[in-house]
Amino acid sequence: MRKSFLALATGLLLAGTLSAASAADKLKVGFIYLGPIGDLGWTYQHDLGRQALVKELGDKIETTYLENVPEGPDAERSIEQLVRAGNKLIFTTSFGYMDPTLKVAKKYPNVHFEHATGYKRNPNMSTYSAKWYQGRYIQGLIAAKMSKSGVLGYIGSFPIPEVVSGINATMLAAQSINPNIKVKIIWANTWFDPGKEADAAKALIDQGADVIMQHTDSPAAMQIASERGKLAFGQDSEMIKFGPKTQLTSILDTWGPYYIERVKAELAGTWKSEDSWGGLDSHMFAMAPYTNMPDEVKKMAEDAQAAITAGKLHPFKCPIVGQDGKPVECKGGDHLDDGQILGMNFYVKGIDDKLPGK
Amino acid sequence: MELVEAIILAVLAASTPLLIAATGELVTERSGVLNLGVEGMMIVGAACGFAGAWLTGSILIGALFGIVAGTMMSLIFALMALGLAVNQVATGLALTILGVGLSGLIGAGFVGERITPAVHLFIPGLTDIPLVGRVLFGEDGFVYVSIALVVGVWWFLYRTRAGLVLRACGDNHVSAHALGYPVLRIRTFAVMFGGACAGLAGAYLPLAYTPFFIPGMTAGRGWIALALVVFSSWRPGRLVVGAYLFGAVTILQLHAQGWGVGIPSQFMSALPYLATVIVLVLLSRARSGGSTAPAALGTVFVPDR
Repeated sequence: MRKSFLALATGLLLAGTLSAASAADKLKVGFIYLGPIGDLGWTYQHDLGRQALVKELGDKIETTYLENVPEGPDAERSIEQLVRAGNKLIFTTSFGYMDPTLKVAKKYPNVHFEHATGYKRNPNMSTYSAKWYQGRYIQGLIAAKMSKSGVLGYIGSFPIPEVVSGINATMLAAQSINPNIKVKIIWANTWFDPGKEADAAKALIDQGADVIMQHTDSPAAMQIASERGKLAFGQDSEMIKFGPKTQLTSILDTWGPYYIERVKAELAGTWKSEDSWGGLDSHMFAMAPYTNMPDEVKKMAEDAQAAITAGKLHPFKCPIVGQDGKPVECKGGDHLDDGQILGMNFYVKGIDDKLPGK
Repeated sequence: MELVEAIILAVLAASTPLLIAATGELVTERSGVLNLGVEGMMIVGAACGFAGAWLTGSILIGALFGIVAGTMMSLIFALMALGLAVNQVATGLALTILGVGLSGLIGAGFVGERITPAVHLFIPGLTDIPLVGRVLFGEDGFVYVSIALVVGVWWFLYRTRAGLVLRACGDNHVSAHALGYPVLRIRTFAVMFGGACAGLAGAYLPLAYTPFFIPGMTAGRGWIALALVVFSSWRPGRLVVGAYLFGAVTILQLHAQGWGVGIPSQFMSALPYLATVIVLVLLSRARSGGSTAPAALGTVFVPDR
């Protein structure tokens, strides 16, 4: 009820803003955002990417964005609005926009679409995502070094492969430092609810975790860890302001270079449907400065980052043993292949929990 | 023991905004007005509350900002739904949409800023008592205010003449009008009280719960408050039970996940809602027939002049 009303309202607002827009000869580029641009996390970083794009190509393009667009069927209307308003390249920036984007893409073959973090493509629809598990691996190394209790706290959003692969990468790294390390996982079942994220962080700390990591979008967990004198990792963006003595590092989504590259291709007429999945080497994300840790831990993290960037270290290096004790089939030579990581639906050995829905 | 205390503290913190907002809405609905704009009033209260506290450095002034902001929002509702007799459901929903947008605008300049959250009470000796010390004597001011608010509302509704008149307006506005009571004025005050409470509840989030402002940070709590009013069958006592039950199940399901109970987390996340529905069904079965909703709830009243 509420969602559909909000979507209706955004639709109406959009109609208003679009009729005011002009400049016919500029390429129109549209963005669909999940949250408000002030969420300081996921959407905020996408908008930083858009701003970088405007800075670089502002004289040739015109950007429009729609924030707070709910995932699911409602998104279709918003995407179509952008098409009707003349946008020729449209970035839909959340996993849940996958099917709506595909539907609209099939309807408008002359418009190009870019969908973040999904796996469905079309001749006029690309996908793009980042290998965040590489960053999670580095965080796992740091967490195992910094934890005194040997218990890590992990706040998950939804048990989807991206989040599960993050948990596994973290634990594989942590186990390489401390084989007996434990992780407590709490699913918030939301990407954004500061209150609930704070409650989850409190619960984890009350149960003995002393390093908190999150795969939800607000700085609430960081703030709670800071209040309780524990350590934590940020998510998506720089959160050190919420825990100057707490944040160890943070995975920073840096979409700007990719957006600029794709828009340049569109302007040059060389845009084609692609599947871009970049890691540290292609600057799809970056690590925030390593803070609040001894120099040797910092050096270890920097070395690991350099090794991953150079392709010498793969977080999912075989053998990978599942919770059932059996090694996972190694499809990528000496490491798991991309398909296995993108579809990851199991926990590795040593995670003393059950994956929801398994 | 420490864990039990920590859980109770977390439950109280999670329940308090729901309790405050729902108490206000209960009074509004008891006067016969259905204001679905609680979420909108809350989020504007959150934005203004944070702004007030950040600008002045005082949590108390922040809370007052929240209350005033919520009241202003409710006046928009009163003007439309009472003054112009517009459909209450549509007006309430519009108020929420307006509030979400307005709060983003007001709060835009404050995103990323931090404040020192509300201080917790500390009485040497009493606060140190194991288990109950911090629960009873170590809360922030909002928690005590929320309890006082519910008790006050109960006393007002059932022990004062003004409360009786307010309830009369909610059950039969024609009769109340015929007896010479200013129905619209009484309802306006009730709506304003609801707005003030929603604003305070919203302000609680950035002032005590998570001391920063982010657009959309109420995350649906206004809707839960609305549901709690129905759950309570419009009675303050049951409202307290409902709010704390909801908060308790929310916090306990998080802990259960941490303990690795092995129940799917999706089910656990649905538990607070499920528990509320089950209790509601049990309550309505136990009741001897008839609805307990104020009879004139949501109906438009235009006095014959």
